Amino acid sequence: MTTSNYASERETDEGRVFTVTGGDWDTIVSGTDPINDERIVVNMGPQHPSTHGVLRLILELEGETVREARSVVGYLHTGIEKNLEYRNWVQGSTFVTRMDYLAPIFNETAYALAVEKLLGITDDITERATTIRVLMMELNRISSHLVWLATTGMELGAISIMLYGFREREYILDIFETITGLRMNHAYVRPGGVAQDVPDDAVVKIREFLKMMPKKLKEYEDLLSGQPIWTERTKNVAVLDVTGCVALGITGPVLRSAGLAWDLRKAMPYCGYETYEFDVPTHPDGDVWGRYQVRLAEIRESMKLVEQALDRLRPGPVMVADRKIAWPAQLAIGVDGMGNSLEHVAKIMGQSMESLIHHFKLVTEGFRVPPGQVYVAIEAPRGELGVHAVSDGGTRPYRVHYREPSFVNLQALPAMAEGGLIADVIAGGASLDPVMGGCDR
Amino acid sequence: MTSPTDKPNDGGVPLPVVPAGASSGAPAEFPPASPAGRGMFGNQGTGDVSGYGGLVRQRQPIEEASRPYGGYFDEVRDALEEAYPAFNDAIEKVVVDRGELTLHVRPERIAEVCQVMRDDLALRFELCSSVSGVDYLGADERRLHVVYLLTSMTYRRRVRLEAAVSVEAPHLPSVTAIYPTADWQEREAYDMFGIVFDGHPSLTRILMPDDWEGHPQRKDYPLGGIPVEYKGAEIQPPNERRSYQ
Repeated sequence: MTTSNYASERETDEGRVFTVTGGDWDTIVSGTDPINDERIVVNMGPQHPSTHGVLRLILELEGETVREARSVVGYLHTGIEKNLEYRNWVQGSTFVTRMDYLAPIFNETAYALAVEKLLGITDDITERATTIRVLMMELNRISSHLVWLATTGMELGAISIMLYGFREREYILDIFETITGLRMNHAYVRPGGVAQDVPDDAVVKIREFLKMMPKKLKEYEDLLSGQPIWTERTKNVAVLDVTGCVALGITGPVLRSAGLAWDLRKAMPYCGYETYEFDVPTHPDGDVWGRYQVRLAEIRESMKLVEQALDRLRPGPVMVADRKIAWPAQLAIGVDGMGNSLEHVAKIMGQSMESLIHHFKLVTEGFRVPPGQVYVAIEAPRGELGVHAVSDGGTRPYRVHYREPSFVNLQALPAMAEGGLIADVIAGGASLDPVMGGCDR
Repeated sequence: MTSPTDKPNDGGVPLPVVPAGASSGAPAEFPPASPAGRGMFGNQGTGDVSGYGGLVRQRQPIEEASRPYGGYFDEVRDALEEAYPAFNDAIEKVVVDRGELTLHVRPERIAEVCQVMRDDLALRFELCSSVSGVDYLGADERRLHVVYLLTSMTYRRRVRLEAAVSVEAPHLPSVTAIYPTADWQEREAYDMFGIVFDGHPSLTRILMPDDWEGHPQRKDYPLGGIPVEYKGAEIQPPNERRSYQ
């Protein structure tokens, strides 16, 4: 500090004492800590281990306090919505499954429901197909929440939970592989039903999983819930109340962690969710801790739903009866992987020319969808996943827009981060559970 | 045999006479004026060589719904008419299709309508679920449509608002002051369709790079793409493949 004529100093028993006789108090205070007033801008990401994917954050810092935060998205934009307009309606499933890669079944189901609504065949979907969809969606919700737990744990410094979360998720991916043939990007739920039936050994695997999972969940809670570092890093961090959530359009576990039990499965049921028994977990605090609690509780509710769906599985068709929509593909695993079953190939190549023509037309040209537009929304692990689909009467989508919860929810990051510490930006961002593949599409 | 039009017949089936309704000289026009699927071999038609390609599908105009609409739609309309004096001026058309209510709103009125939709106690559309654009190239003079999906969490209802603007004057008021969640979604509609939301705090590109030219989701914007070689054969990019429509 420079000496000045209005503040003299003297030594006393209790330390140095300044006598201020006038002038500007701020100059004296700031003179002692020149760092304090200086703001620095830190660019975090898009390649950063703890931003949950290719998310870029621009933070204006004052010391360790975040004064302004802005997020930049678009690094994973792949033009899926535009590409859909150049493929037929069935091929769309293969594209949309790649958006939110942690919740592929939800992307597919939302798309299939939208196409079915456009076709006007919503009521014709068989009971077994709907039950399988519910079963797959709830398993997918568990796997998605497990990845959330794993990555959030890692980002906050808990490496063990990362390994455990991914380990149990792999079990679900194994189940998916048994049913759909693929771990991810299934293209399993298709307009009209699902691609193929659930094999018996998958049911056995799911039952095993349901038996194993409660123990694992207890393990996670033993590991994290009582742990002081975890509670310090999550409680009262990145708080967002109901008003803030609704204004910013935040849905899903983040909204429920603020105390509003808004779940589309209950509020605007689809796929027969109104006939299942489950609760919508909420938490009063609206902080990262609340979101952790809500997601763990949702895993338990999803397990209830999976169990009920398993009990309801009755033999029956998994595709609509209308042969103008349902693909004739009787799929089977052959030596070169999944493909048309040998019986089907023998029939279309050897016995029925009409079958061959029909198969060819349906696969290459596809079915026509009456013109119009619909909006279908389902409760994905991250919130409201909406599909706005427009048809012009052709065999291809005229426009498909995804209302992606990751995209909309990320808008809340500045509201959560500003005024907090830089370490809490990570906790807050992770608690939104953004998946950039879904956000950028 | 005369050429159907002055334009050379570039690759399609030569036709002795002009098919009813066709203007391009190709075997068939695209049913809707969509450039998707312009074919290989310079084919401008559907690629249908069966002879039935000359059939032209007419685009059905969107019909205005008549009262009663059914469900909660009548209540929503009545409540909006009561709470919003300029209703007749602002609402161009009411459409009920597939169990969904769509109010076509004059673009300059969209923010006012949203304000009433959110604040009126009988309407209470607290959440703006989705904002997206659709380009109706060739079907509508004001071809860029902005589609708002409003959700009432109180009454568990949904309503779609649709506002149409032209490419020459793609302006309409932003609703970010009413629904802050529309911020990024309006930026996306600007990025993809070039729709300008007046009053938006920072209307910049969001998904495409900042220096990108053009608005990729417009129907007259090409898909692009490069041919791929597979087992010795060259596969055209999807927008250049011969395809059905």
